[in-house]
Amino acid sequence: MRIAASERTTHPVLIFWIAAGWVGYCLLPWYGVEDGFFSFQWLIDGYPFDEDYAPAAFLIAQGEKLWLAPLLLPLLAPLVMLGRRKTDPLYAPVLIIAGAAGFAWLIAQGFGIGIRGFNYAWLTALFGDLGDRQFGMGYGAMLLASSFLFLLTQGIAARGAINGDVFVVSAIGGVIVIVATFVFFPIARMLIAAFITDDGGYAIGAFFSKFFDDRLWGLGCFWGARCGAALNSLFLALCVATLTTCLGLTFALVVTRSGFRYNRALRALTVLPIITPPFVIGLALILLFGLSGTVTTFVADLFGTQPTRWLYGLPGIMIAQTLAYTPIAFLVLIGVVEGVSPSMEEAAQTLRANRWQTFKTVSLPLMRPGLANAFLLGFIESMADFGNPLVLGGNYDVLSTEIFFAIVGAQYDQGRAAVFAIVLLFFTLSAFFAQRRWLGKKSYTTVTGKGDSGVHPLMPRRLAWPVFAIAGIWGTFTIIVYGMIVYGSFVELWGVNNNLTFKHYITAFSVGLNEHGLHWSGSAWDSFFTTVFIAATAAPLTAAVGLTTAYLLTRQSFTGKDSFEFGTMLSFAIPGTVIGVSYILAFNVPPIEITGTGIILVVSFIFRNMPVGVRAGIASMSQLDKSLDESSLTLGANSWQTFRKVILPLLRPAILAALVFSFVRAMTAISAVIFLVSAEYNMATSYIIGRVENNDYGLAIAYSTTLIFVMLSVVAFLQFIVGRTQIGRRTQFVTGR
Amino acid sequence: MADTQITGKAAPVAFRDVTKAYGKEVTAVDNVSFDVEAGKLVTLLGPSGCGKTTMLRMIAGLEMVTAGTILIGDKDVTKLPATDRDVSMVFQSYALFPHMSVLENVAYGLGFSGFPKPEAHARAHAGLELVGLKGYDARLPSELSGGQQQRVAVARALVLEPQVLLFDEPLSNLDAKLRRQVREDIRGIQQDLGLTVVYVTHDQEEALAVSDEIVVMRNAQIAQIGTPRQLYDAPADAFVADFIGEANLIPCEILSVDGDTAEIAVDSYRYHLPSRGLPPGPSKMAVRPSRIVLNAGDGFDATIAKATYVGVRMEYSIKASFGSLFAVHDDVQNPLDEGSAVKVSFKEIGPVLIPPDRPT
Repeated sequence: MRIAASERTTHPVLIFWIAAGWVGYCLLPWYGVEDGFFSFQWLIDGYPFDEDYAPAAFLIAQGEKLWLAPLLLPLLAPLVMLGRRKTDPLYAPVLIIAGAAGFAWLIAQGFGIGIRGFNYAWLTALFGDLGDRQFGMGYGAMLLASSFLFLLTQGIAARGAINGDVFVVSAIGGVIVIVATFVFFPIARMLIAAFITDDGGYAIGAFFSKFFDDRLWGLGCFWGARCGAALNSLFLALCVATLTTCLGLTFALVVTRSGFRYNRALRALTVLPIITPPFVIGLALILLFGLSGTVTTFVADLFGTQPTRWLYGLPGIMIAQTLAYTPIAFLVLIGVVEGVSPSMEEAAQTLRANRWQTFKTVSLPLMRPGLANAFLLGFIESMADFGNPLVLGGNYDVLSTEIFFAIVGAQYDQGRAAVFAIVLLFFTLSAFFAQRRWLGKKSYTTVTGKGDSGVHPLMPRRLAWPVFAIAGIWGTFTIIVYGMIVYGSFVELWGVNNNLTFKHYITAFSVGLNEHGLHWSGSAWDSFFTTVFIAATAAPLTAAVGLTTAYLLTRQSFTGKDSFEFGTMLSFAIPGTVIGVSYILAFNVPPIEITGTGIILVVSFIFRNMPVGVRAGIASMSQLDKSLDESSLTLGANSWQTFRKVILPLLRPAILAALVFSFVRAMTAISAVIFLVSAEYNMATSYIIGRVENNDYGLAIAYSTTLIFVMLSVVAFLQFIVGRTQIGRRTQFVTGR
Repeated sequence: MADTQITGKAAPVAFRDVTKAYGKEVTAVDNVSFDVEAGKLVTLLGPSGCGKTTMLRMIAGLEMVTAGTILIGDKDVTKLPATDRDVSMVFQSYALFPHMSVLENVAYGLGFSGFPKPEAHARAHAGLELVGLKGYDARLPSELSGGQQQRVAVARALVLEPQVLLFDEPLSNLDAKLRRQVREDIRGIQQDLGLTVVYVTHDQEEALAVSDEIVVMRNAQIAQIGTPRQLYDAPADAFVADFIGEANLIPCEILSVDGDTAEIAVDSYRYHLPSRGLPPGPSKMAVRPSRIVLNAGDGFDATIAKATYVGVRMEYSIKASFGSLFAVHDDVQNPLDEGSAVKVSFKEIGPVLIPPDRPT
């Protein structure tokens, strides 16, 4: 009945990609269109002969950009293979050579020839002055690049890799190429930028002079001056990680090991860090403890003291980050505390340990990997945090903000920004390595309740009292802070004029009617719509990349899988500021020239949020029995059909969660965004930061409140559909469905 | 049964020096060769970890061989992936797609085989009828009992009319009563349609009941191939004797060999049985518990160490000069007392001499 694929002589996938290559070469504009990716103005504006819009074939016909001509060869070669069997001895080599050669030539010419002719002096020396130039890749170049890539993967598959499975080989190839392009390439560019001297040359000395700068490692704070940003960041991150881990464990114990009745409400808290833009907590703290803050003035009146600026600096950032990231630790540790098998604890109790001894000798040691995990997460989050230090930093310099000021400030020092970013990256990557080294893959395993009908014992009393006290105090504080945000958005001018008003909302979100119909006259609408549009574009792409990667990691085995996994997870540990800097450095010039567009925002969101999609996908896919795939395969479906008809439908809840989650995260992101926004594409968060810098707190808080409620409704919508949420920000325990 | 559209397209399967290794350390299947005739049901039997499931998955194309060749029909399929092999498999967990109805599950593979939808559905209906699930097509798998799910899985595999049908411990998730029923159904369908079936189980009784031929596996190698009767009556070695049905391994002395018959001694007891080509000297024999006779004339001396009443029979642990024996006795009305002395002898046919273990 079945005809083996190896014996077929027509290959629809091959035909498709060959055709795509020709379309890219002969029909679509080769270079990036200035008006933007989604603008089709070019169709009526001189296409196909205008130099800016012409496809490669037309350019060459007109005698221009002749270095694109060699691409014809690898385009022609695969045509010969149509109508041959995959087992034909020429089939695989021809596709591999054509794909690899075409792809390599595309890259080589892209990097070799830039907006000022040859990019490298030795090329000019070799070939003489080019007298021509080229811009960033456009539709045509990108389509042709994909075509070459997938011709290559089909060739590799035909040679027998992964049982000759075209879909799997192509998916692996695709993920490798996009991760290399949008994670490794920019980071590499940034590393190189660190070695650039002031006059544009390269020197090791340039790196070291910036690296050993006092602004990084200075110990001045021990004698009254300032300490370096690296030390500040490190100290802050260690404090915050310790605090969040302890508080997270406290809350987790309250939820799982006490008779506390409002567990669900407490669990709902875990949603807070996702829906809160990162700097909002900082703003609320200013309203409470700032120079004209409620508490400050109250205390000042009471004791007749002078209000101080104690909040700005280490204390403020630490409080804000602890408030912001405790729910993350909580989310991780709920899983850990529940994951301790009750039968272990019951066994200990039957062996005559009392509750306190059981907790100390069994439960706590079993939680240790989870505690380490929560600590490292807190560390990475604190290191990467940009919003709170920006709002509350004062004179306390941390790496993430220093990077920002090096780039946007008057100093505009790319080299210094790059060096700072490398140091920051070093810290977060070390934590990331440590996490993987110690915890291995434990963090993925879901708790199987196999044959475990036991019940967790309650906390021992001597633990229960302090735990309840701390949880109560911190919980109340959190509620006050969030209450402050909402209340603050209605106050005319905090500390000066405490009248309640809708003024801020009206300024930001007023809607008028004029002769054209609705008129979005509020000042915030522009950035709001841009944000929603960008986030909504990024979400499905993030989910697609994340789930495909998760599928490859859970369901396929191939050489180099470990490095593949590492590469895809790496962007998890790269702070947003580092991504921002490296994207600016990498994508400002051809061959990929996308700064100032919406695409760069979308791309940055995809790769910032991809690890979360991967984790969610892994978690839910590992709950699907592998025999489902295998039976589909033995029934004659290929792996693509299996993926589409069996796995994706069963993953629907995970897909939805990944969609909503990446949408929400894209709405609240600030650290990478602030480098990448442009006048045309301004995002909500960077708009708010702009308001804060102008001391327009009312509007900033009103806008933040609106964002929180918008995202709350998005998450609630998800919860309504899926039934329950398991959304966490950068968490290990995304427990799938 | 006769008017069904489903017909067998049975083909033989052959393993030629097949080896499967995981990394450098683990060898799951070690240089195995055997043949499955077209239209026969062959069982791969062995303790867990012996490599039987790996062999099955290599036939399906879910695992690729490290060395050697697999033939289905006359075709070398060694390098073909599962999708391209004309083989279907019934999984231990059934692996029904939970988001598809019963009909969609059964028609799933037909869609990929190039059948237009109406014909795929007609064939799926025929398949469901064949397994006795007519009228269940709109249900979801979760709405069926375990036995029904199992039959859907069988129908789904059958409708593709595969050259070879594979079963991976298909009964292990069913309760004991249902097992007998389902295994008879499977055997019935296999014989009616003349299918080539490879069947994996670790349950020797199941294997004896359904098989034309059994391949007993041990430590990644084949211990013995034979019909159920051959395996039971003439096990090749102690492992097979003990694995297929229980057996007491009793040391004995071959006194003399006369043609095909050997005279042996166990203590003072003399007994005649087929020599199986063994020379005189010390040897071992396998005696099924039911072939041991107690207190019936001549025999060797022993004592009852333990007597257990299990309803249909008595079970005795017996202590003899060379070690302990396990025997069953149908007479539950007059049990022997623990500690009493007995004369032990063997029934006329049944006990076999065991060739010394092959060096492994």
